[in-house]
Amino acid sequence: MKNETKVERKSDRETVITRTFNGPVHIVWEAWTKPELFQRWWVPKSSGLTLVSCEQDIRVGGKYKLVFRHSAAPEPFAFFGTYKEVTPNTRLVWTNEENGGGQVTTVTFEEIAGKTKVVVLELYPSKEALDEAHASGAASGMLESFDQLEEFLAA
Amino acid sequence: MVQYQSAQLDAAFAALADATRRGVLERLGRADASITDLAEKFDMTLTGMKKHVGVLEHAGLVVTEKVGRVRTCKLGPRRLQEVTDWIEKYRQLWEARFDELDAVVEELKQKEKAK
Repeated sequence: MKNETKVERKSDRETVITRTFNGPVHIVWEAWTKPELFQRWWVPKSSGLTLVSCEQDIRVGGKYKLVFRHSAAPEPFAFFGTYKEVTPNTRLVWTNEENGGGQVTTVTFEEIAGKTKVVVLELYPSKEALDEAHASGAASGMLESFDQLEEFLAA
Repeated sequence: MVQYQSAQLDAAFAALADATRRGVLERLGRADASITDLAEKFDMTLTGMKKHVGVLEHAGLVVTEKVGRVRTCKLGPRRLQEVTDWIEKYRQLWEARFDELDAVVEELKQKEKAK
């Protein structure tokens, strides 16, 4: 059975996402930290994005780089950053550097009775940065709409 | 303009953090109401309800109009929709991600059992 995904804006600069997974923490950790597993779920089909490559060097100071393609964008684009904290089965912290000083993502893992509670906290450098990120999220929603329009026109 | 919007969004999020105020919005979604009506429905003093409505009004979620001695409240234009759209899009992305992660977790569990 599927668990609830809770999202809240914790402050001017923070959003928090919470979800419980029906498995022990070492399995959930593995799915977050092995590139071949991570890339299977990080980019949902509904986002309209295709993951071209996924590199994760999971250690403090290690880098990650995800390259995406979207049918409405002429060039692929990348998300990248650095792991700041790697505590197996407990805590994973990374920076998001594609836009200069972006948000810092902290993921905490906690096993409770064989299930794992995952909390994703995104801390933005400023209130304006958070608002802007969400405004551009809305823009990617628009890309999807353009896709649908293309399909409609092609039909 | 952008700054104005984000200040309004902040005020809206703060306004929505309170259960009574969310209840008031839900109520006003069904029908306009006076502050006296709302105070009665939520079993509050008139002063208490005035404060809540003031917060919602400041956030642009509610507009009020005084006709004679009665102050009538109704939903503000689009505001709640904007706030929920923003959160809802973000939630949908993470939910879609996590639904797929569920499948990966399930598969790894099965593999471990088979060992």
